[in-house]
Amino acid sequence: MSPTSTGAVRQAVLDALASVAPEADLGSLDPRAVLRDELDLDSMDFLNFVIALHKALGIEVPERDYGKLTTLEACVDYLTAARKQ
Amino acid sequence: MGEFRMPSLGADMDAGTLVEWRARPGDVVKRGDVVALVETDKGIVEVEIWESGTIDALIVAPGTKVPVGTVLATTRVDGSPGPAPVTPPPAAAPAPVLRAQPGVRASPAAKQLARERGVDLTGLHGTGPHDSITRADVEHAATGTTEAAPAPAPMPAQAPAPVATREKPAGIDAAGMRRAIAAAMARSKREIPHYYLSTEIDASTVIAWLEADNATRPVTERILLAAVLLKATATAIGEVPEVNGFFVDGSFRPSSAAHLGVAISLRHGGLIAPAIHDVQARSVVEVQAALRDLVARTRAGRLRSSEMSDPTITVTNLGDQGVESVFGVIYPPQVALVGFGRVLERPWASGGMLGVRPVITATLSADHRVSDGHRGGVFLSALNRLLQTPEKL
Repeated sequence: MSPTSTGAVRQAVLDALASVAPEADLGSLDPRAVLRDELDLDSMDFLNFVIALHKALGIEVPERDYGKLTTLEACVDYLTAARKQ
Repeated sequence: MGEFRMPSLGADMDAGTLVEWRARPGDVVKRGDVVALVETDKGIVEVEIWESGTIDALIVAPGTKVPVGTVLATTRVDGSPGPAPVTPPPAAAPAPVLRAQPGVRASPAAKQLARERGVDLTGLHGTGPHDSITRADVEHAATGTTEAAPAPAPMPAQAPAPVATREKPAGIDAAGMRRAIAAAMARSKREIPHYYLSTEIDASTVIAWLEADNATRPVTERILLAAVLLKATATAIGEVPEVNGFFVDGSFRPSSAAHLGVAISLRHGGLIAPAIHDVQARSVVEVQAALRDLVARTRAGRLRSSEMSDPTITVTNLGDQGVESVFGVIYPPQVALVGFGRVLERPWASGGMLGVRPVITATLSADHRVSDGHRGGVFLSALNRLLQTPEKL
């Protein structure tokens, strides 16, 4: 996979997070920090995050895969793989 | 002649600041139209008018803080066009100001426009009240024009003496909100003899139903468990109406409609519980859409007055924050609060067998002046039963 596509996915994830947690300093977000805890996301925030990812990347994350979107790193891995399919 | 007054947007509100008129003298308005923006301790609220008619005169100027009940504008209820307005229309009413980044004062509309146009607010000169940045300022910065925004309308001569002028940026003020919550909760604990009940609900059916249903839905239409819990609560209220309504002047006034106040935590701290109206009459899909809209507008500081003033019962879903159960403090003059904890996998005995099931703890805090534990228990039983057949909700 090209670094550009990973970078684009990463940026889309960060943009989606910024839309649900506008006050967060995402520049200093640890890629391995658990997003729900780190950014204090509730289930509505998480749904809006998934909707934002869908808008940006065209990927519909099924509910059963929510558990795979734990950290920034995990999101990028999951979405990059989903994009290739 | 009708009068449009500063509304009471909750038991804890004594006064509010008019920040912007959304109507001018001569405008024909109908019941439910937003005619003004008012700043409270809980942020800026879009205030609806409750009587159709024609706006006659705007009495209170933007930026003025007045007690609840003060006449803000007069209306003619016949709807016929009246004489030319005497009061200058505040066409250039200053935009509401919201605390933004330190050092930058900009209205929510200005901030939104700035995001859309990619304008950096820092360093921008504001022409609004207290040098705050208005939407017009952002427009000018974006288009490169430099003309100043029109000056705010002069205060009409008949304006009442303000209680206090606005010294700080409007918007959600953490200390003010803390005081408002403190006042309401202290009053609740002083006046309302609470009783508390709790029951564990086997959530395996509702969760399986929701997962199967959501799998068929596009991501934008997925339903949260919270929406199902709200709908079940409203339906259970139909069986036990003693938990829904207001205790006013020494007696209980039941409400036929279930306007569910939804406790929504704000990202910077604090809590607002605005209402989703008539949940009993909405489908789960509609409740989900209303919930999503309400959470977004609450966090953006864009609530409507009716949502603030008339919840008939409050529902709190602290389960999202990981707690197992929540025994809430009733928001006066309401008479009950329903709490849902998080979904937990638990050992569960059923039909002589032990299994592992997702379990949710539902609680009821209710006003003993209005109902007894027995009726509260009937309510929680109804809630449990309804959640076992979610497809019927």
